[in-house]
Amino acid sequence: MAEGTILATIQKERDERGSNRRSASGLLRGVASYPAPVTFPFVVASILLLWEGLVRWQDYPAFILPGPLAVAGKTLTLASNGILWKHAQVTLLEIVLGLLLGVSLALILGYLLGKSQTLDRLLSPYIVASQTVPVVAIAPLLIIWFGNGLLSKVLITGIIVFFPTLVSTIVGIRGVDPDLHDLMRSLRASRSQLFFKLELPAALPVLFGGLKLSVILAIVGAVVGEFVGADVGLGFLINLGRGVLDTPMIFVAVLALVVIAQTLYLGISALENYYLRWRK
Amino acid sequence: MAQKQRIYADFIPSTSSGHRSVNQSFQRHLRPTFFQFGINRMSLQSANPLLRVEQVSHDYTPATPALAPVTFAVAEGEFVCIVGTSGSGKSTLLRIIGGLVRPSAGEVWLDGARSTEPHPQIGFVFQKTNLMPWRTALDNVLLPLELIGAVGPAQRSQARSLLELVGLADFADVYPAELSGGMAQRLVLARALVRHPRLLLLDEPFGALDALTRERLNLELLRIQTGQHQTVVMVTHSINEAVFLADRVLVLGEQPGRILAEVGVDLPRPRSLALMGSERFGALATEIRRHIGLVDT
Repeated sequence: MAEGTILATIQKERDERGSNRRSASGLLRGVASYPAPVTFPFVVASILLLWEGLVRWQDYPAFILPGPLAVAGKTLTLASNGILWKHAQVTLLEIVLGLLLGVSLALILGYLLGKSQTLDRLLSPYIVASQTVPVVAIAPLLIIWFGNGLLSKVLITGIIVFFPTLVSTIVGIRGVDPDLHDLMRSLRASRSQLFFKLELPAALPVLFGGLKLSVILAIVGAVVGEFVGADVGLGFLINLGRGVLDTPMIFVAVLALVVIAQTLYLGISALENYYLRWRK
Repeated sequence: MAQKQRIYADFIPSTSSGHRSVNQSFQRHLRPTFFQFGINRMSLQSANPLLRVEQVSHDYTPATPALAPVTFAVAEGEFVCIVGTSGSGKSTLLRIIGGLVRPSAGEVWLDGARSTEPHPQIGFVFQKTNLMPWRTALDNVLLPLELIGAVGPAQRSQARSLLELVGLADFADVYPAELSGGMAQRLVLARALVRHPRLLLLDEPFGALDALTRERLNLELLRIQTGQHQTVVMVTHSINEAVFLADRVLVLGEQPGRILAEVGVDLPRPRSLALMGSERFGALATEIRRHIGLVDT
């Protein structure tokens, strides 16, 4: 699963940070201990240089490939006249509401399936089968049924986010140490105490893994919804840019999506670092 | 009775929902049986054991009995060890006493009342170190108190004094992952003691530790047990450990588990490790081995 690879990369980063501490001094040591943050500016700078170089060398027109300067200029224009924020805020709202909807439903159902083998055996075949329906393909249907507005995008986002959260919830609840269950039973814990003092904190590491995946998928959901039918949003802006051959505007919208994705992902990571500080 | 009230007053918080539930269970466990089982009450008054196990048997499936009917009693302040090979059902027996497993037949009586589910006056130390990795040492010890009411400064200082008792005073804010096996097991012991249980059940508590740490922890266990006049029932597969710790050793045979013998340990207290080299110690250990069938008579 992709969440596994995300977790694996993070773990690898941590390991590297730990093992390479005893190397050369100064910049080299900085690179060794924090490879990503230290090299980041250099990587970005070289990509921008290559990009600008390519545009100048091949002399592409702006509607094929605008240079970084053109994109920067367009960003400033769209940001200053409020158009960027107008569209970004709608997409952001769709993402957040879709996440809330999909994640909370998945948490509830995942908890029930995790606790009850019977329910799991009864419902799992249908849930797995439903995942073979590509959400992107049924997006037009949702637009037909629920209109061009916010609701259809929230639904698409919610559906896309639902499954990974469901799986991680089930895995998390099933993974609770049976010895800790014994302990809680010997201490006569009530049902709610069992949930809040044991199951929730024990499942949290897996839940955060699922949540990180969900955040990224939520952006896909919102943009797909906007592609299919919308008159506002960053996905709409991309579609519009394609229609009027305003390629710099597409770049701006994509960059805005990247910023949203990064912010949400880092936000979840920060929460994870706080709540799972015992793992360090 | 007066002593019992005092012990309860120690850990029942005055303003909480936990108050009511503990009190209810207190009444459920201790009151009605007096009228319903007058005869038992009579017999109790003469012997007055804290724990009585009567004809308790257990089978996971009807074909494979794990525990043949077992009967014994434990007096207040007594340290009883149950020894037996693995498969003798000794862990099952302990879990039945702790109310975690329902026996197929028979009854467990605690302080004159029949006990069928986990009892608030029992502290249980499990075979595996089951600490919550997301809680600091102090918060792990506080968990049993959290479950019966609000945790305030009084509870915190109580938990801290228990950490001190098991030698972990400096590790209150440390997460379990940073503790060694021996330290983790001390922490588990502190957690089991935090509600002032009248009966402490230990299921091979030091089984996973190295021999040296194990001896040291046995000494500490004895010190705590003597200091608090704690009633203990401990399951172990180490005969030496059993003789060293116990007032009385129950020898369990296997398949199905049944009591082969009861060996009273008349070694003087306080005990030191040097005692293990004494003639009497060796004789007692040999007697137990003979009952299990390890030594020919």
